[in-house]
Amino acid sequence: MKRYLGLPVLALGGGLLSAPAMADDLTLCWAAWDPANALVELSKEFEAESGHNMSFEFVPWPNFADRMLNELNSGGQLCDLLIGDSQWIGGGAENGHYVKLNDFFDAESISMDDFAPATVYAYSTWPKGTPNYYALPAMGDANGWFYRKDWFEREDIRAAFKEKTGRELGEPKSQLELKEIAEFFQGREIDGQTVYGASIFTERGSEGITMGATGALYTWGFKYENNPGEYDMEGAVNSPAAVEGLEYYKSLYDCCTPPGYTNSYMGESLDAFKSGQVAMAMNWFAFFPGLYADPDTGGDKIDFFVNPPQNIPASTLGGQGISVVSYSDSQDAALEYIKWFAQPSVQAQWWSLGGYSAHNSVLNDPGFVDSQPFAGDFLEAMDGVQDFWQEPAYAELLLAMQKRLHDYVVAGQGTAQEALDKLIEDWTEVFEDEGKL
Amino acid sequence: MSENPIERAAAATPQPIARNVRGLSDRALAWWFVGPTIALLLAINIFPLIWTINLSFTNFKANRPNREIKYIGLRNYERILNDADIWLNMQATAHFLIWTIVLQVLIGFALAWLINRNFRGSSFWTTVIVLPMMLSPAVVGNFWTFLYQPQIGLFNYIVSFFTGVDPSSFEMLGSVDLAPWSIIIVDTWMWTPFVMLICLAGLRSIPDYIYEAAEIDRASRWRQFWTITLPMVLPFLMLAVLFRGIENFKMFDLVVQLTGGGPGSITELASINLKREAFEKWRTGYSSAFAIILFVTVFGLASIYVKALNKVKER
Repeated sequence: MKRYLGLPVLALGGGLLSAPAMADDLTLCWAAWDPANALVELSKEFEAESGHNMSFEFVPWPNFADRMLNELNSGGQLCDLLIGDSQWIGGGAENGHYVKLNDFFDAESISMDDFAPATVYAYSTWPKGTPNYYALPAMGDANGWFYRKDWFEREDIRAAFKEKTGRELGEPKSQLELKEIAEFFQGREIDGQTVYGASIFTERGSEGITMGATGALYTWGFKYENNPGEYDMEGAVNSPAAVEGLEYYKSLYDCCTPPGYTNSYMGESLDAFKSGQVAMAMNWFAFFPGLYADPDTGGDKIDFFVNPPQNIPASTLGGQGISVVSYSDSQDAALEYIKWFAQPSVQAQWWSLGGYSAHNSVLNDPGFVDSQPFAGDFLEAMDGVQDFWQEPAYAELLLAMQKRLHDYVVAGQGTAQEALDKLIEDWTEVFEDEGKL
Repeated sequence: MSENPIERAAAATPQPIARNVRGLSDRALAWWFVGPTIALLLAINIFPLIWTINLSFTNFKANRPNREIKYIGLRNYERILNDADIWLNMQATAHFLIWTIVLQVLIGFALAWLINRNFRGSSFWTTVIVLPMMLSPAVVGNFWTFLYQPQIGLFNYIVSFFTGVDPSSFEMLGSVDLAPWSIIIVDTWMWTPFVMLICLAGLRSIPDYIYEAAEIDRASRWRQFWTITLPMVLPFLMLAVLFRGIENFKMFDLVVQLTGGGPGSITELASINLKREAFEKWRTGYSSAFAIILFVTVFGLASIYVKALNKVKER
């Protein structure tokens, strides 16, 4: 079994890409979504340069975590490279699923300073913020919003909105403004069709409602801990601001979503928007290139905005880093891929194909903001991203939050205060089991 | 050759087969035949059961191979039995179990009684009625999700047609009040034919002469039903209840497809929570204890029920 130990020898022999010892078959695992198709296109260049054969295992989002974490936990060799969720980094590192990349980065002069700090922190490091790297930032992402620009520009609608609210209809500058706009559109007849305010994440099974609700909670000032690393959650998770933020998310769900959207996530949000049902929708920036290219609701009919602030500007972090799986028999070839992928020229091409590069050379390029209608929003969002726990026990922490939020927001059981109090109880039990409390 | 008929019969009787296999008695040969089955049962049933019992006393997590495994006594059992959410899961399971069985027995028996009258086209209708139980639960779950869709689903429009309420004014799967009934409706639609078939077998096993004797005694139809039909079909009905009870206690696939346990945790049956604990949260020790509790519950209830069934059959 080839191991990373052989890497310095290869590197001394004149560089990895110039003289591959032999062609390997590499399998890259990721979620099945638009950026994955862009990565297939991008990787053709790697195949041509390196002589290695790339194959891909893309799993639909609802099953992605289950499928991939089972693969890692069983020491499976399906994936040589894995673009895993940011929350998996703790488990990946502590359970030995991911290869630590520090020596490799040093040997190949790959500097984490070349990538956006928020993405390095979120996608690569464990323990958080320490210079221990288990992934290369591969796909920057955050939860953002898009809306029917053509509706927002119609004079009759603008006039009706002004009459109702006393202000001009435009991109919301706060969460409360967003709700006001959503309420305005809810149940309105547009071109003979009843439309609704907004499509938001309410999914119960995986991570949907947590990713959606935290978009509101963070902007109200929700924190996981009072002091980072101390797991002191009382007063942070259930602070008055957090309670208010959660009450807001429920009120947005109650007032302004289409009927039946009780279990909706990425796909349902896209469907609601593309079918002309909603005026606004939340989703990950990763989908925005596809939305903009949509022949029916894209182009001039769509525009984008960053998650509106309330007390503070904040967005829920998405995105992933690319890691080498420690059970792979082709680790050297997998590392070659990472070295190739980290090149500024490849990162530029990655962005042009629809992937979200986290490389500073791309993000700081003077033409970046104007390169896509959502590029400026993406930069703004990445400045204020916050992520869920990235602990090895993240799945337990996440599912507890899924339950508490869905019980309150969708099922209407209890109060926001009770939901967050119970969440602290659940999380305390998890951290006690982990020996961290 | 002996002329004694007893000796002739003895000579004609084949030798025990074991005597043809050198060194093996009949008993040894029997063990050779049942041995593989016993080994298989031990490997895939008994050993996992014992292992699960063992794990239930630990803090083991299957996704944390490097973590120290500690024996924590009855802590997992204590947590489960004191967890209010688990009891809500059990309540949801009981609600689902009781109502599906009641509806399936009533409708299944009624259908069997109608089919048993052998009207013209009864074979065709029997085939039509049993179609749902031949479908995959995943398929049934998916298409009922569409039927229940409040904006385009047929179900809401049918209710609207009969009641006049706005079809988009209620959500079968998204409403806390309606979601438990929505899964009961689908399970009843799918599995009533199974109960019907068992009842039909029971009805057809009743000899006609009993009814003829009752007619001679001028017993009314109603009296015939209560004194002949129902008592004679009862063992079959109880068998159907046993099968459906065990199946629905374990119900997972159909409900996951329909509601995923939601809204909130309203339709989160015990098996759905068990799966989440075992394979999403990876609390292997905890979920092993939960599985043992469920196993003991269903095994205990089934044992009591089977005793009752045997008493009914003896009557």
